[in-house]
Amino acid sequence: MTDPILKIDAVSKRFTRMPGLAERMIGKFTGGGKPVVVHALSDVSLQVMKGEVLGVVGESGCGKSTLGRVVAGIHAPSSGSVTLNGQPIADQRGGNIHKRTTQVQMIHQDPFASLNPRMKVGETLAEGPRHHDIIPARDVQARIRELLEQVGLEGAYADRLPHQFSGGQRQRVAIARALAMQPEVLVLDEAVASLDVSIQAQVLNLFMDLRRDLGLTAMFISHDLSVVRHVCDRVAIMYLGRLVELAPADRLYADPRHPYTRALFASVPTVGTGRGRFETIKGEIPSPIDPPSGCAFHPRCPFAGPRCLVQVPELGALGQGRTVACHLNDGGVELQKGAA
Amino acid sequence: MTAALEVKGLTTRFETRAGHVTAVNGVSFAVQPGRILGLVGESGSGKSVTGFSILGLIDAPGQVTAGAVLVDGIDLRQLSDDDLRKMRGSKVAMVFQDPMMTLNPVLRVGDQMVMAVRVHRAMSKSQALDHARKALEIVGIPSPAERLRAYPHQLSGGMRQRVAIAMALLHSPSVIIADEATTALDVSIQGQILAEVRDLADTTGAAIVWITHDLAVVSSLADDICVMYAGRIVERGTADQVIGHPRHPYTQGLLDSIPALHEPGQKLPQIPGSTPQLSRLPQGCAFRPRCPRATDLCRTDPPLDIRDEQAVLCHHPLERK
Repeated sequence: MTDPILKIDAVSKRFTRMPGLAERMIGKFTGGGKPVVVHALSDVSLQVMKGEVLGVVGESGCGKSTLGRVVAGIHAPSSGSVTLNGQPIADQRGGNIHKRTTQVQMIHQDPFASLNPRMKVGETLAEGPRHHDIIPARDVQARIRELLEQVGLEGAYADRLPHQFSGGQRQRVAIARALAMQPEVLVLDEAVASLDVSIQAQVLNLFMDLRRDLGLTAMFISHDLSVVRHVCDRVAIMYLGRLVELAPADRLYADPRHPYTRALFASVPTVGTGRGRFETIKGEIPSPIDPPSGCAFHPRCPFAGPRCLVQVPELGALGQGRTVACHLNDGGVELQKGAA
Repeated sequence: MTAALEVKGLTTRFETRAGHVTAVNGVSFAVQPGRILGLVGESGSGKSVTGFSILGLIDAPGQVTAGAVLVDGIDLRQLSDDDLRKMRGSKVAMVFQDPMMTLNPVLRVGDQMVMAVRVHRAMSKSQALDHARKALEIVGIPSPAERLRAYPHQLSGGMRQRVAIAMALLHSPSVIIADEATTALDVSIQGQILAEVRDLADTTGAAIVWITHDLAVVSSLADDICVMYAGRIVERGTADQVIGHPRHPYTQGLLDSIPALHEPGQKLPQIPGSTPQLSRLPQGCAFRPRCPRATDLCRTDPPLDIRDEQAVLCHHPLERK
């Protein structure tokens, strides 16, 4: 588990929206009408070790899904690089992906949208391997059956259409489709978020079994802190396009060091008896079109000082495999335990 | 103390190609003023249809076929359409998952709130606007006077939901029904709104029915919990009873499958199978095919077993530890 298989190096991703004709015309008088730039990812560096499950956590607009898409080769990064075993995951020409690896496969949130409703699931599973010559044509049928059984479905289901399956079963099919490509790395983007609790447990168990049996490496993107804790080895916390904290899961949950991580943990309702109190983070999530200066979290941070308004904190090592991007940690100021 | 909301034997059926489907099946519960009732269930359990049925918002091919809905002692089901419309928004209000179902996208927040005020109360425009501003203040919206001039699209998702809640509050209703009202929001925003809602129940004395699939949310928010499965309430009790000592095997199964309650990496106890289709419910107890405690007895309708106010619809309830 020690060599990095996937390296994400200083990746930034900007999305630019050109103004429409009307906006440009109005802009002539008002001085607006300029392209709108969303900084979805700013200078994110991460490594994923072989056999590791890395959790990526954050709220909407934090860039976690964009990161997953860049890793899967769906979006080309604006700068920086992503390599798998030292090879770039995609051939980039200009801003576009020309050819991408089949070694990174993605599983999406909504199994109702991610499966072609007119294609039998057997066809869905066979399409990728057939196109990329991953398995010989004569073995395809046997392989489909094997894949379906691997994800806990019956081999005979290959002849069914997606609408004949429940949400949990469809997500199993989506997992089987990803596995059919024999990937080195799986990217799961909120893969259990749309499932009911009882079904979610089934799919999480399946994922943990597959991981153990196949030695999967995965990036597990989720907003659900308890799910991430359950399946991930290390966890990256993102806020407004930047990585703010990275640590082994057990240490992160025992002692979060970034004020945002702390506040996030405190605001999640937990199952338990006795009326809960909600520790709340004040303020709104800022827009990634116009992020706050300095540390993006400073308008909501109870510890923010003058430095946080002007200087973007760099990720600094804390030892024990932990890094955190906060001025409080490199200035020798210890966050008071329990405060946040 | 009389209950602010009392639902008795509420039954809602839908006419489908596959025949009659009973989405809500003899649901009964009561909520006292100032208390929050969490109505929990998975998709297809009938929790949202229960909410809609209470307000009489079921359209064809659906129909409320039986039961009574008493708000401050008045049975909504006996009222004429006109009288029911007078109750909606003034005595009973609803907050939906998507605030854009409540808000009109082409009207300023202030204008639509003024309309909502003046539907039920004779007030001048400026008085109504002032009333709206106060409602926005109650739900913790900063600089409410400015927000009144904004269009819904200029507000964030969390702000829109607050506005929707503020609109529900305009006439200090006795009962507020919230259907997955924080599900679409980020956790930090959800936390803020849950804190406001709790505060609201405590200070205004409104009875709140909080419909959700999220056990964690209800366990920290609600005073009482009803668990629904396949159209029926299978367990009912105080939050501490239901979360701390569940008696229905389904409630137990739901709680067991929450990752936070287990060591990381451990296999999660799972409920086998999936939620049944309402058109093809098994005979007797609907949970029988997935239940670890099921016996032949479960092919007959399960009895209601009540102990210390904790009611459970089961032949073989779990004993309290």
